Amino acid sequence: MATAADLGFWTVPLAIFAGAIRVSTPFLLVSLGECLTERSGRINLGLEGTLVMGAMSGYAVSYLSGSPWLGVLVAGLVGSLFGAVHAAICNMPKVNDIALGIALMLFGTGLAFFLGKGFIQPKAPNLPAIPLGWWSDVEQIRSALDINVLFLFGLAMTPAILFFLNRTRWGLVLRTVGDSEDAARAAGFSVNRVRLFATMAGGFLAGVGGSFLSLYYPGSWNEGLSSGQGITAVALVIFARWNPLYCFYASLLFGGAGALGPALQAVGITHGYYLFNAAPYILTLGIMILASSSTRRFSGAPGELSVTR
Amino acid sequence: MASKFTIDRRAVLRGIAAGGALGASATLPFRPAFAKTTTVGFIYVGARDDYGYNQAHAEGAAALKSLPGIKVVEEENVPETVAVQKTMESMINLDGATLLFPTSFGYFDPHMLKMAKKYPDLTFLHCGGLWTAGKHPKNTGSYFGYIDEAQYLSGIVAGYASKSKKLGFVAAKPIPQVLRNINSFTLGAQSVDPTITCQVIFTGEWSMPVKEAEATNSLADQGVDVVTCHVDGPKVVVETAEKRGLYTCGYHASQAPLAPKGYLTGAEWNWSKVYTDYVNLFTAGKPIPNLVRGGLKEGIVKTSAYGPAASAEARKHADAVKAKFMAGDMVIYKGPIETNDGKTIVAAGTSHGQTDIWLESMDWLVKGVIGGT
Repeated sequence: MATAADLGFWTVPLAIFAGAIRVSTPFLLVSLGECLTERSGRINLGLEGTLVMGAMSGYAVSYLSGSPWLGVLVAGLVGSLFGAVHAAICNMPKVNDIALGIALMLFGTGLAFFLGKGFIQPKAPNLPAIPLGWWSDVEQIRSALDINVLFLFGLAMTPAILFFLNRTRWGLVLRTVGDSEDAARAAGFSVNRVRLFATMAGGFLAGVGGSFLSLYYPGSWNEGLSSGQGITAVALVIFARWNPLYCFYASLLFGGAGALGPALQAVGITHGYYLFNAAPYILTLGIMILASSSTRRFSGAPGELSVTR
Repeated sequence: MASKFTIDRRAVLRGIAAGGALGASATLPFRPAFAKTTTVGFIYVGARDDYGYNQAHAEGAAALKSLPGIKVVEEENVPETVAVQKTMESMINLDGATLLFPTSFGYFDPHMLKMAKKYPDLTFLHCGGLWTAGKHPKNTGSYFGYIDEAQYLSGIVAGYASKSKKLGFVAAKPIPQVLRNINSFTLGAQSVDPTITCQVIFTGEWSMPVKEAEATNSLADQGVDVVTCHVDGPKVVVETAEKRGLYTCGYHASQAPLAPKGYLTGAEWNWSKVYTDYVNLFTAGKPIPNLVRGGLKEGIVKTSAYGPAASAEARKHADAVKAKFMAGDMVIYKGPIETNDGKTIVAAGTSHGQTDIWLESMDWLVKGVIGGT
């Protein structure tokens, strides 16, 4: 059927490149969303649940309506609903955002498993890919360059969020709320309302990230779909120092590192694949240790964030 | 709820009568013959409609539901931890289950064994073939099928379909059952063309959709043109392969609807036969064998119907070999067989039939498999 050129070891860099694009999109969208939320001074650990919920609802809507785009939209809306719930409860006095996040994570995955029971078997229409590899006659390169719109969406969101945070008035308000509640209140901003919108926006992106999993890659709904990617993406934000641009790089790095294990085995390097499969986590540990300091706070950390305060 | 547990006097009398008649012949110490309905509990490690391992078992369980006097209780997504003990406890104490099928490999030791000691009157049957006489309790048992026979047939069909002479195998973990499937699949393909190689990728987990998709893509990038797998849910592998224009051979259950173009054939379980047989023995009060095994001949495994991509030549060859399996005179592991690190593992002239225990400690891969255990 398919004719593939013999690329030998060149498939490893190719697989890392292709994997970086294919696997990174959920990481990218969730981490960008979490970046917004955390810059407003709150951590939403529930994004793992939001991701799974987004994956399920996106798939279900795509199946029922026949339109994957509607699925993406609904996944985003469900995500922002979860964000709104998190923000609304956290806005009450003496609520711990981390504990609530864990509760929402379990609630989200549980609800998605429950509602998604009937959607494991059916086949929903998937999102199309843009064949950017049309110029090549090597099958592998064409396949690697089949890039999904949601990746491009994430790619466009990165500078957009950067611009929003650093160059717009609303961005300034959001950062003020995140860095000092007192200053924000003194300036007359509603801390709770800003956080509500920031958490909803974060939830929206995470929901869309979930729909990428179920509607494009791997492209079907099942209960093991996320396997912790949402929580990894939340960790990526800290790793990326709350900077959207670094979130983008970190997601690519994670995606590429995740592709390393299978790619190396495919070219015949068969020893220590457990180690290669753990590559993304080892990488994170290494960078965190190198970048840590016992005397200074994380640079770039929002001042009101409960974990760094 | 209360009415479910009340046992009226007549039922007890009937039970005593029945129990007395059957008691002598039973090997398992207790028979719930007084119960009007027998409650059978099934525990799955994943979703029961996963197009894979759990679906195969759930299809078997579904076959029991039509039997008179049988009530089936099921629980999905039970991890291979102490959680499965809790599930068994609740099935026993709340649902009144007397026959339990914890279907996942990792449920056996220590979880099922512990529960079997605690409830010596109940029967526990585990899928995996791990039961050893003398070592494990009498009220437990084990069943497994020689699904590698069906994998061998898949290999034959794959061997005809492959143009690049490179096959791919996405595997979860290098345990004997998985290695045996890889080896049988490869040997089947090599019976068509001895130069065929099979590239193996281990994902390290039974269910890891993104990694399975990556593995399938990596295989496609390497020029592999037929893919099969041994993971809990082959759905992702089959769908990804179909997207990349590869041929696929299914596993556990039929994935033909997922790959209308590329699906060749597949190795499937036929648990409905196994479960029906067990339950009939159980309700009739006959002794339940502690170890049940079998392959195509015994009807424990079956093959998927050929897909449109399977050539007439391939079908003919595979059907001929299948007939030999059905007759019981087909031996897959017949010497000389060399491993992929150059050792002769089965000498010329010796052969290991399917029931040979030696095959169940397999820790090697045949020549032509690219991959390490």
